[in-house]
Amino acid sequence: MKGTDMSSTNPLTTTEPVPGPRRGPDPAAFLDVRDLRIHFPTDDGLVKAVDGISFTLERGRTLGIVGESGSGKSVTSLGILGLHRREHARVSGEVWLDGEELISASPERVRQLRGQRMAMIFQDPLTAMHPYFTVGAQIVEAYRVHHRVSKAVARKRAVDLLGRVGIPQPAKRVDDYPHQFSGGMRQRAMIAMALVNNPDLLIADEPTTALDVTVQAQILDLIRDLQEEFGSAVLMITHDLGVVAELADDILVMYGGRCVEEGSAQTLFRRPEHPYTWGLLGSMPRVDRETRDRLIPIKGTPPSLINLPSGCAFHPRCPYQGRDGIPCRTEVPSLAQGSDHGVACHIAPAERRRIFAEDIAPAL
Amino acid sequence: MAPADGRPMDVTNYILRRVLTSAVLMIIISMVTFGVFFMVPKLAGTNPAELYVGKQATPADVAATARKLGLDQPVTVQYARFAKGLVAGRDFDDGPNKTHCDAPCFGYSFRNDRPVWPLLLDRLPVTISLAIGAAIIWLIGGVLAGVISALRRGGALDRTVMVLALAGVSLPIYFTGLLAQLVFVHTLHWLPGGEYVNFADDPAGWAGKLFLGWVTLALLYAATYARLTRAQMLETVGEDYIRTARAKGLRERTVIAKHAMRSVLTPIVTIFGLDIGSLLGGAILTESVFGLPGIGRLSIDAVNTKDLPVVLGVTLFGALFIVLANFIVDLLYAVIDPRVRLG
Repeated sequence: MKGTDMSSTNPLTTTEPVPGPRRGPDPAAFLDVRDLRIHFPTDDGLVKAVDGISFTLERGRTLGIVGESGSGKSVTSLGILGLHRREHARVSGEVWLDGEELISASPERVRQLRGQRMAMIFQDPLTAMHPYFTVGAQIVEAYRVHHRVSKAVARKRAVDLLGRVGIPQPAKRVDDYPHQFSGGMRQRAMIAMALVNNPDLLIADEPTTALDVTVQAQILDLIRDLQEEFGSAVLMITHDLGVVAELADDILVMYGGRCVEEGSAQTLFRRPEHPYTWGLLGSMPRVDRETRDRLIPIKGTPPSLINLPSGCAFHPRCPYQGRDGIPCRTEVPSLAQGSDHGVACHIAPAERRRIFAEDIAPAL
Repeated sequence: MAPADGRPMDVTNYILRRVLTSAVLMIIISMVTFGVFFMVPKLAGTNPAELYVGKQATPADVAATARKLGLDQPVTVQYARFAKGLVAGRDFDDGPNKTHCDAPCFGYSFRNDRPVWPLLLDRLPVTISLAIGAAIIWLIGGVLAGVISALRRGGALDRTVMVLALAGVSLPIYFTGLLAQLVFVHTLHWLPGGEYVNFADDPAGWAGKLFLGWVTLALLYAATYARLTRAQMLETVGEDYIRTARAKGLRERTVIAKHAMRSVLTPIVTIFGLDIGSLLGGAILTESVFGLPGIGRLSIDAVNTKDLPVVLGVTLFGALFIVLANFIVDLLYAVIDPRVRLG
């Protein structure tokens, strides 16, 4: 079987990793994604943007999906919302939202849930908001599509939410157009729009990438506060480990459309075992330590999703591939091979821990 | 950031500035046009006064007429008189007869023995009838075809529409127009031939006479609009804000009809304004083919009879409509696109 191992440990439902196989119907999990595959047929070949991703997420918790451009993280989030058009994408697997399966559900049913029970914050609020409609009108519309209320009621709700996300003078700014807002304000307005229906699941796709650093921190604080207040499950899509370090309870690292490592945030930052995760950590700037002055980039480029490297997709860039005759080039490693959290790597767990402790950790 | 409370003042300023720009533009156009029409007879080696006197006139007659009409004066003086006539009216005195031409005096047509301005006004209703009727057809037809084409991209419908659109822009009016007339008027007798009638006198006859003109002209423009709409729609549905609209849970119909169309229509409004503006200056081919006595027809007749004052008048009149259309489009644009800075 290609992709991640379905019977693997899934530590995302609890803070402490649970060893041993535990999977199958899981009505308790609020969001349960099982073996999600999203393929796009193109003229050049089949793009396997997401190739067997599984995870669960509970209300009130945050899962960070981390990976570089083209790793499939945004495609995953759009797939959960059912935003891939059926004529362009082949979607398979299961997405359970509060006991309801979405992949096989009718498009109309998914539309009703979209924006209401699951909402999304997009990366660049300047392009993600309609330039010709006022911020208020766009929030009002998001509310009224799921609630039978008058415009006045919806408008009041929009003003309330703009105030909640920290827009000064919301009653006045509600009639502004997106271009009259600053970048940070636009992202706040975008968050207000996503939260207007009290969604149980909030997907944030690179919510801070388009913002400058000081505003980034404010937006992350805001998302955390609102999550506490609304009790929503948050799926944080990002390439920025700093963001997940700040917000996420659990982390899933994606590479080439597959999950290469997953576990609690603590585990992944303290005891990462996948060479790709090591690479990500090594290339992350840190201000809290001064043990090194240069970032260590990951060599090579992200893989083509049409012709994924054979075996472990990371092997062409992995400095440890092929050691001691391990089958990196030929066999796709399955998730969790005897480790305390999910790791898709052929290197033996003990050896991985040794390499991390001796070679990687000191350089971080 | 433009504070909302500063807007009314901004709008007034913006309009005033636009009015001023348009006026200056119009003056420059009139100068250039007048200059061209002053130069053309000279370059052709003829004296413009020859056009006013009979064929058997002696050179002395010509010279006398030229003097009387001020055609021997330098271009600046002639233009000043012309400009004054536009504002205050002027008198023409070619010797035997004296005529007054009321403001706005665009000149005097000695061929028609009438001032140019009423000549234009007489023809305007025909041209307006033709332009507006065709515009309604092509706007609805073209935009609808473009939208459907974009939404069914690559399908049989899309291909059919695009082939038709290509045919529409490629086939000249004197071909489609004459063919349509041959089939529908002379062979099938579905539509009346004969003279143009006023809407007030005979609405059915008016529409019957104009119908083929509308359709032929609309076909040409609809083709362009369908292609533009299709391209614009394809670009728009790929925008992030369309994805946002879907992510909100809006119905697909709302996403397209409200969010996408709002963006698609912006450039359409722009070219629509300009197209209408230039059409009001006369649709020469269509009016000629269908025998519609509009401004386009007037200009062709004036060119054929070397009626220079009328040619000049028609040209300026056409320019006026284009400048006016530009002005209106600019104003509309500020209303349509809130990002247009009123500066």
